[in-house]
Amino acid sequence: MENKIAEVIAAGTADFTAECYELYDIPPLGSLVKTIDSPSEIFAVVCQASTTSIEPGRRPIARGKNEATAEAVYQANPQLLKLLRSEFQALVVGHKNDNKILQYLPPKPTRIHGFVFPCSPHEIKEFSQSFEFLNLLVNSSAQIPSGELIAATLREMTRVQPDPQAFLVTAGKKLVTLLSGDYQRTKAILGRLTL
Amino acid sequence: MMDNKPNQPLGIVVAGSVEKGTEVRLDSNSSVEDMVVGRYVTIEGRKRRFFGMITDISLGVTDQEIAVSPPDTTDIFTAAVLEGTATYGSLHVLPMLTIAGDANSISEGPQPVKTVPSHFSRVNLASEIDMELVFGKEDASRFYIGNPLDMETHLCLDLETLVKRSNGIFGKSGTGKTFLTRILLIGILQKSRAVNLIFDMHNEYGWMGTSEGGQRQVKALKQLFPEKVAVFTLDEENSRRRGVSTDFVVRIGFEDIDPEDISLLRQTLNLTEAAVEAVYQLRRKLGKDWMQRALDLKDTEETRALLTEMSIHESTFQNLKRGLGTIRRLPFIVSRSPVDAVKSIMEYLDRGMNVVLEFGRFRDITAYVLVANMLARRIYVRYQEKMEASMAGNVAPPTPLVITIEEAHKFLNPEVAPRTIFGTIAREMRKYNVTLLVIDQRPSAIDEEIMSQMGTKITCLLDNERDIDAVLAGVSGKNELKTVLARLAPKQQALIFGHAVPMPVPFRPRDWGTTESYKEFTGGENTVRQAEKDIKDLFD
Repeated sequence: MENKIAEVIAAGTADFTAECYELYDIPPLGSLVKTIDSPSEIFAVVCQASTTSIEPGRRPIARGKNEATAEAVYQANPQLLKLLRSEFQALVVGHKNDNKILQYLPPKPTRIHGFVFPCSPHEIKEFSQSFEFLNLLVNSSAQIPSGELIAATLREMTRVQPDPQAFLVTAGKKLVTLLSGDYQRTKAILGRLTL
Repeated sequence: MMDNKPNQPLGIVVAGSVEKGTEVRLDSNSSVEDMVVGRYVTIEGRKRRFFGMITDISLGVTDQEIAVSPPDTTDIFTAAVLEGTATYGSLHVLPMLTIAGDANSISEGPQPVKTVPSHFSRVNLASEIDMELVFGKEDASRFYIGNPLDMETHLCLDLETLVKRSNGIFGKSGTGKTFLTRILLIGILQKSRAVNLIFDMHNEYGWMGTSEGGQRQVKALKQLFPEKVAVFTLDEENSRRRGVSTDFVVRIGFEDIDPEDISLLRQTLNLTEAAVEAVYQLRRKLGKDWMQRALDLKDTEETRALLTEMSIHESTFQNLKRGLGTIRRLPFIVSRSPVDAVKSIMEYLDRGMNVVLEFGRFRDITAYVLVANMLARRIYVRYQEKMEASMAGNVAPPTPLVITIEEAHKFLNPEVAPRTIFGTIAREMRKYNVTLLVIDQRPSAIDEEIMSQMGTKITCLLDNERDIDAVLAGVSGKNELKTVLARLAPKQQALIFGHAVPMPVPFRPRDWGTTESYKEFTGGENTVRQAEKDIKDLFD
């Protein structure tokens, strides 16, 4: 449990928001994360991230006028690491119950303060054996365009596949079926899939 | 040939109707380029298995925009993704038979289809076992005549069934009708109880024949089956020159010629209707040797009085006399025949021998029509008598007889068909155990009624629209077959359909003319002969 990276601070059935333990230590867009809500595990795809001031009313100010690099700003102002926070939003794409991966929404949302972990390559491979989750992504109401999110997710998953090209073709075929009647959108996503 | 293994899954049924056939969506891992029109497939319906043929292959898109802005040709990835999903291949399959699943098809073999397979039924390439189920396996009554196009499976005909009806072999000149006929005749000789009587206009079936273009000599029936075939000839000299061992020389006496024979020759002899009428009157008046007597009539007062008595006009008589003169000039016509050719033919046929009648040099149509019609009529009468006797329960029915005629439209055209014996045989079919094997290149000239009575038709390439229509008249799926027929190669390919086959099949006839092919044909025969000899030796 040492590799936890964030903690749930807002939770809904379809998505949750988590705050990172380390500033800027945000999992990449489209990566698969999980949170444990015993006895089940909930899988989600990172769909949005932000770094803001910890106090909503207090906006950061520019401090680097006399510094040579951005890194130097942080070194000169070590308190910044405590005044800022990184958080991300993740779309729930499935859950694991009794050791079985189910690619649809869990019956209830996860709990606040649940730990969030990045998924291991093994878990990603296991999860990406089916592409039913694409349906949740296609119909999501995430802030970023769903095409971007789908492409990012598939690119992330491809990294751990033994045969990336075959994986992408299979995923692409599923996508074509889901987006039937919208050739232009399909084409745009496919264009973003090349590694 | 494609590299697909038999029984390879191809796709699933997505739409269909009994009339138009079924639409099959191709699986994404089957390529349209591997499919071939004319291949046989099986469809695994929920309750039955269907056997059908691919009749069309097409490309489809789910979204018309793909056709408008297709992916770049260098974009292999997008093309791979779209293949089988948004762009797909589809097959048009015509289900023709049900081969298993219901009681009938299990007990009686493949049945014609009366329904379509349900949605999403799997479609596979037909396996060898399925093909065998449909096209049969060579056995005691089934004879291997060729292979369905592009396939190794043997197409086998049940010859017992085949010879129960009259059949036809059609095709343009030079498309392989003669080769096909030889194969079929051998089949009948080997695998059915029937005997053949062949009116061999071009001397091709009894002894040596030539292959197309005359490059090589090919063997014929008597050379392969000397114990089962007798060669009769009208032209002894010609036969001797060709080295044919003939069994009988046919001579025709004037007395053997009946008015019906003359009436059949009306067109060829350029006779008027009145002249034909006069023949009947002369026969009545002058008796059995009417022809000799009519020809001997001199231009005297007496003759004129006789003609007036029969109300035959002078010019009509001259017209007739000219025609009869043509017949008399035929060298095989003699005033009185020393032996009865019909009797002799009947003896051979009764012994189960097949008779080939060679015409030698007399290849003109007058001789052919006259002799074929005359002999066939007499033989038919004998058969009729025997059959009637057997119906009365006294004797066994005569051996079934198949009469082979070439240039059949000369006998069976709408004008003369009602008058020739062949018209009668074609119509009355097997009542008297006599059927026809008709060989012709102008099927459109044959009487429609006779065409419709034919049991099985085999046709090589035809390209005249009227001929194609005539051959295919009344066949279900005529339009599809028309495309198949028009696409046959000009040689060594044929389409068979009708009574003796469960469904229409384009096929390539088996080889003929090579030493191996002769061995294949006679192989079984020789073994049997050898066995019989061995048995005889053992007991002697």
